[in-house]
Amino acid sequence: MIRYAWLIPSLPAVAFFLIVFFGKRMPRRGPEIGIAAVFGSFVISLIILWHFVTGGEPATSSLTFLDAGSFFKIEVGQNVDGLAAVMFVVVTLVSLVVQIYSTAYMEGDRRYTWYFAALSLFTASMLNLVIADNLFQLLVGWELVGICSYLLIGHWWEEKENSDAAIKAFITTKTGDIPFMFGIFVLTIAAGTANIPEITHLAETHHIATGTLTVAALLLFGGAIGKSAQFPLHVWLPDAMAGPTPVSALIHAATMVAAGVYLVGRLFAVFAASGHALAFVGTIGSITMLIAALLAMIQDDIKRVLAYSTVSQLAYMVAALGLGEEGYTPGLFHLFTHAFFKALLFLGAGSVIHAVHSNNMSEMGGLRKPMPVTFWTFVIGSAALSGIFPLAGFWSKDEIISEAFKTGHYPIFVAALATAILTAFYMTRAVLLTFFGEYRGHGEHAAHPHESPPAMTIPLVVLAGLSVVAGVVFGPTGLFHDWVHVGAAAQKPVDYGFAAVSILGALAGIAVGYRLYARWREWDPLRRLGPGYVLLERKYFLDDLYLKGVVRPVQYRLAAGVYWTNQRILDGMVNGAGWLARKLGIGVDVIDRRAVDGAVNGVGFSTRWSGGLLKYAQSGNVQRYAVALFGGVILLAIGITVFR
Amino acid sequence: MTSLLAATVRLPFLLFFGAFLFSCGVYGVLARRNAVLVLMSIELMLNAVNVNLVAFSGYLRQLTGQVFALFVITVAAAEIGIGLAIVILIYRNRETINVDEISLLKW
Repeated sequence: MIRYAWLIPSLPAVAFFLIVFFGKRMPRRGPEIGIAAVFGSFVISLIILWHFVTGGEPATSSLTFLDAGSFFKIEVGQNVDGLAAVMFVVVTLVSLVVQIYSTAYMEGDRRYTWYFAALSLFTASMLNLVIADNLFQLLVGWELVGICSYLLIGHWWEEKENSDAAIKAFITTKTGDIPFMFGIFVLTIAAGTANIPEITHLAETHHIATGTLTVAALLLFGGAIGKSAQFPLHVWLPDAMAGPTPVSALIHAATMVAAGVYLVGRLFAVFAASGHALAFVGTIGSITMLIAALLAMIQDDIKRVLAYSTVSQLAYMVAALGLGEEGYTPGLFHLFTHAFFKALLFLGAGSVIHAVHSNNMSEMGGLRKPMPVTFWTFVIGSAALSGIFPLAGFWSKDEIISEAFKTGHYPIFVAALATAILTAFYMTRAVLLTFFGEYRGHGEHAAHPHESPPAMTIPLVVLAGLSVVAGVVFGPTGLFHDWVHVGAAAQKPVDYGFAAVSILGALAGIAVGYRLYARWREWDPLRRLGPGYVLLERKYFLDDLYLKGVVRPVQYRLAAGVYWTNQRILDGMVNGAGWLARKLGIGVDVIDRRAVDGAVNGVGFSTRWSGGLLKYAQSGNVQRYAVALFGGVILLAIGITVFR
Repeated sequence: MTSLLAATVRLPFLLFFGAFLFSCGVYGVLARRNAVLVLMSIELMLNAVNVNLVAFSGYLRQLTGQVFALFVITVAAAEIGIGLAIVILIYRNRETINVDEISLLKW
């Protein structure tokens, strides 16, 4: 069965084309194809995961796609190991849930069919990235994921804000992709192959110089910074909330931002071979988790709270990978558990937004009673994210915190613990503002919030169930470690001392949050921070810095230069080509009129002329015909007699 | 009987008679204006052929020629029936049976 792993990305890819061409003619206008395809992929993923549960071996195979002789060749292949198998299950499951949820959430959307086509392509791209056994195939998936996120963030592009957000996401991640591409070049040239298992082997056996590996790792990490929204390129992710909420769930849980972390995990040997690269990764992770968690505290838009929390949680994974071999399994385990509860939280937020027609928590409140399913699943998701025992987030987060301490990375330990407290705080704030107190909504749409339809609540319940069990089933039992580990790092028993510390931290955060937000106040208590609040409100002035420092100069100077080039050189070329084509056209016209038309007309004229002469034979007089007939007979008779 | 015929009426005489009759027919077909006369001339030509057939039949002492002549007479009867019917229809429609004036197929 593992040989057929390539079916997993292929099914959604085929579904994409089917939906594009035939979706609108389907009875439900498209989603059934996408859901059926991703369900098929999900089943195959489960079978492959079972292969690893029963102790199966990883398998790779590849076909040559483009052979450029001895210089270099590009392959298409599949590299299925425990990590890929886990990612298959996560991506297909989240995509399946999101697509089912979207059938209700996007009901009546004007680009309903296209939306599902894009979701299928998005899923297929991410699965291709996961299955890739070489860097170029990975790059293809990587870029396709980028373009799909652009399409879906800008799904409602009629509003400038949304299309701006899509462009911002695309350009910001692209900024990271440039070093990423050079990283691929460096690594491919240094290793002499683009095959990931071979590169891993070469890096582990020290066949590539450490300096080269450091450069390659740092360049590749540039891509991960962009894709996984790490400081300083995290600015696109909150704006990406402009897209439909199920898309946010997909981007944040499975497809887009997970790619960066997955990349580091996939090429971990390259990073692990270089202490500097690991230190850099850990530093970026620590900075990002703290600044994102601080930003999440003051947001009013519920989706932005979750967006910053994603940035912060991704930073957890990145920082964990920065710990080295000990952090590898916890980091990727956090990627695994985070996918479930973050998808749950986004879909829950979507359910709320669907009910009250607003993203702002200041217009929510008191939704606990009208929306019980959404409320309870959201609370479970929040508790899982905050790291409350025994939900999913606790097991992965606790492992990261204790590993950071035990390997002596104290700055990462401090940052992770502080972030855990902040996370519990801002999730408590979000739950209290959304579901408790009195309903503050107004406006005609939002008069009576109501529970969402079953197509939306059932996915919530499924994900809530997974958020409860995913940690305890796979973490302490060592199952996840069996599939995803590196080197000789052994499965460590849960350290209940550290568990107590992190639970206490989370409870402290919840207590402070409850103290401050149990009662609704117009005036956010956090404003007492004064200048600090302004700093957070302006997002550390990073957006302004990028706008004034990068975007505007580029926009004005570069745009002027491009305009000049366009007007003078490109237009000149185009006009020249046009002039040439005109002249050629005149020549062709002459040939056409004289030669071609002449021949045709000549045939017509000669036919008419000869017909004019021959018509006199057609006298209509029977006797003349008879004369000709007898004359002919006589001539024949004479001829036969003479020439016999 | 056949030997008597062969002895009394010589072949060339019969052939000349046939040729004369045929020529009269050709003249009639080519030169007469009246459609009925044209049809009659065609009968002359057919009977000239019959004379030739019967003459050669006697000369070669075979019955094939006489059988042929009987067929020709049959066909001639049918032909003159259709021909006269056409002539009557033409007269009804155009009040003339002058072949020169019947030139509908002229260019």
